[in-house]
Amino acid sequence: MDLNTLWFALIGVLFVGFFFLEGFDYGVGILHPFLGKNDTERRMIVNTIGPVWDGNEVWMITAGGAMFAAFPHWYATLFSGFYLALVLMLLALIVRGVAFEFRSKMDDLGWRALWDWVIFFGSFIPALLWGVALANLIRGVPIDENMTYVGGFFNLLNPYALIGGLASLAIFTLHGATFLTLKLGGGLEDRARGLANKLWYPAAFFLLAFVIGTYFLTDVHERLGLNPGVVPAVAVMALVGCRWTLTKKRDGWSFVLTAVSIVFATVTVFIALFPRVMVSSLNADWSLTIYNAASSPYTLKVMSIVAGLLVPVVLIYQGWTYWIFRQRITPNSDLHY
Amino acid sequence: MDVVILARLQFAITTVYHFFFVPLTLGLSVLIAILETMYVRTGDETYKKMVKFWGKLFLINFAMGVVTGIVQEFQFGMNWSEYSRFMGDIFGAPLAIEALLAFYLESVFIGIWIFGWDKISKGLHATVMWLVAIGSNISALWILVANSFMQQPVGYVLRNGRAEMDNFFALLGNGHVWVQWPHVFFSAVATAGFFVAGISAWHLLRKSDQIEVFQRSFRISILYATIGIVLAMLVGHTQAQYMMKVQPMKMAAAEALWETEDPAAMSLFTIGDEKAREDVFAIKVPGLLSFLAYNTFTGEVRGINDLQAEYEQTYGPGDYVPPVAISYWTFRMMIGAGTLMLLLAAYGLWKARDGVPMAPWYLKAMLWAIALPYIANSTGWIFTEIGRQPWIVFGLQKTVDAVSLSVSAGEVLFSLIAFTLVYGILMVADVVLLKKYAAAGIPDDATEPAAVADAI
Repeated sequence: MDLNTLWFALIGVLFVGFFFLEGFDYGVGILHPFLGKNDTERRMIVNTIGPVWDGNEVWMITAGGAMFAAFPHWYATLFSGFYLALVLMLLALIVRGVAFEFRSKMDDLGWRALWDWVIFFGSFIPALLWGVALANLIRGVPIDENMTYVGGFFNLLNPYALIGGLASLAIFTLHGATFLTLKLGGGLEDRARGLANKLWYPAAFFLLAFVIGTYFLTDVHERLGLNPGVVPAVAVMALVGCRWTLTKKRDGWSFVLTAVSIVFATVTVFIALFPRVMVSSLNADWSLTIYNAASSPYTLKVMSIVAGLLVPVVLIYQGWTYWIFRQRITPNSDLHY
Repeated sequence: MDVVILARLQFAITTVYHFFFVPLTLGLSVLIAILETMYVRTGDETYKKMVKFWGKLFLINFAMGVVTGIVQEFQFGMNWSEYSRFMGDIFGAPLAIEALLAFYLESVFIGIWIFGWDKISKGLHATVMWLVAIGSNISALWILVANSFMQQPVGYVLRNGRAEMDNFFALLGNGHVWVQWPHVFFSAVATAGFFVAGISAWHLLRKSDQIEVFQRSFRISILYATIGIVLAMLVGHTQAQYMMKVQPMKMAAAEALWETEDPAAMSLFTIGDEKAREDVFAIKVPGLLSFLAYNTFTGEVRGINDLQAEYEQTYGPGDYVPPVAISYWTFRMMIGAGTLMLLLAAYGLWKARDGVPMAPWYLKAMLWAIALPYIANSTGWIFTEIGRQPWIVFGLQKTVDAVSLSVSAGEVLFSLIAFTLVYGILMVADVVLLKKYAAAGIPDDATEPAAVADAI
């Protein structure tokens, strides 16, 4: 495996980690105003992700930094091309982050209700836009021979991409619900499971629609054949299995299965892309690949050493936080947010 | 309006706004880690109260710094894609390392610090704060490694139509990093010192409950502020001398020095004509600029006109003069604010030595003096970036050639307005909360947000 492939894989891993972790953060944020019937319940819900959301979001920041370092043309074309969508996502993430910290700092229900809706929209918008972005990456967007995006904002809002967006939104919301069944106490975990039962249907529907759309509206079947292999199959099977574990109240397994579904769906996207990183809909030769978009061999080597040293350490201490905060949140817990 | 101007304006607004919160995070994280270590060592509850009180203000500020930093990671690709293509091979690396080495560290451990008071031992909890402080300051180091490359490119080779890294350690060993980072760090220490001293002063004036907490906070923070401002100024002096060598045009602009002089006079106040490149009115101290540059009263300091001629020789025809008025005045505002800080801090430290209560006029002045580090930080940052113009990377790429080709002026105008609007609203919420928690007294036990009636 050459360093270009290694870095493609590493960025894939960063997105997998990001969607797995931040996926339930978004889900919790989306469900929070509906699942929590009063202020105490809403505080409990926000506090389930209180100690971890910031660390989870760093996966996205790191993915952006890794794209810049390893594939500068990918970084340049993607973020200038998807400009307005990214602005919208950044604004959502900015207000969402302060909302967690600010929400409970005033003893005023109006103030708190305001930030509750900020948390909702701040989670809803990125959960939707990530699916739109990934779908467009596979489908292809207008890129000219100089790697410059020549479409507009509305090129990104095609039906296939919107299905992708709804799929990521629905699956992240379900993932948040299964996470809450594990983290909440005082009866709220049962309500979370009840919601998860309902949320399973849109998640399954849009994932299926996205799979079908990928067959008919992208070049994936030409490239990978009719049998797409085991990875996408696992993504679908995990979500199907989740129906059963939800009914049986096997909450741990339900969370594992939504996680597996997200992880394998993300890997599928990267398999479908490889060795391209952005597909040009104008001319296949103008696509960005892991070779024409990459940094020099020297930079890739330096960054490989750095990543090899640091990533294991990060995984260990981030794993440690989940261990420290493994207990369920009850009305009597020490609630900071 | 021109897309380059709009993109620059957006970068300036989002970066200066971000840098409003960063120095306090850098300096206050270290101070709180010190206070918590004192608490663990002595078991004195007053230290714990101090940690809790200042910790709350720290977190409000920290949240703003974190979220406004997200934009920074993506902004080079969004608005400066041609820069990213040309420089990404070098510039991306420190950004990625910053995320891996620093962002994870501060973000993960701040979560443990906030929520872990009852879950881990006291000693471990204090260690966690040190990790947050180290993470934040390492983050500053790596972003300044990246910025220093823009000021003084090193460790690269021009190949395949772009700048490629050929020596990673040259990037890290860039002399510019090792004057810029200490300057930022000590300025941050001073910022935190003035922040804590100013709010403590307000409580001392009002004779709040728990006065012991604020007396001790004041004594510690005035020492911290003095150390910070003295070292920031000393390093700043070294930095200016370094700049004379590597970025003489920036320093000439800072002094509005049109013609080369030996010995060079230092301008205290100049009204100039930027187009004609001449003074309209000026008050100057003979020889002082030479002294600042070389520590002796003689020595040639090159002026804007000579440097412009030299750059035309090297880089071809063009205008290589940065905006002189902005450089001149931001440089003076930074130094002016810093000098006032030095006087106030030194006076406070002198008086605190005797243990007598501070005079009310001084306590009032210290409350208003919270603004001084913010003025110095912002103008200093604006100066160092404006003074580099017209280059985005000195000598390699001009700012006008760096902008994204696929983003229209209308799109940038939209995002500029959106960011400014949202940032403005958040600033109001931030100030409201900071005021509330700064003015709140200190309860006897641990303070968590009060529950409100479950009315809905």
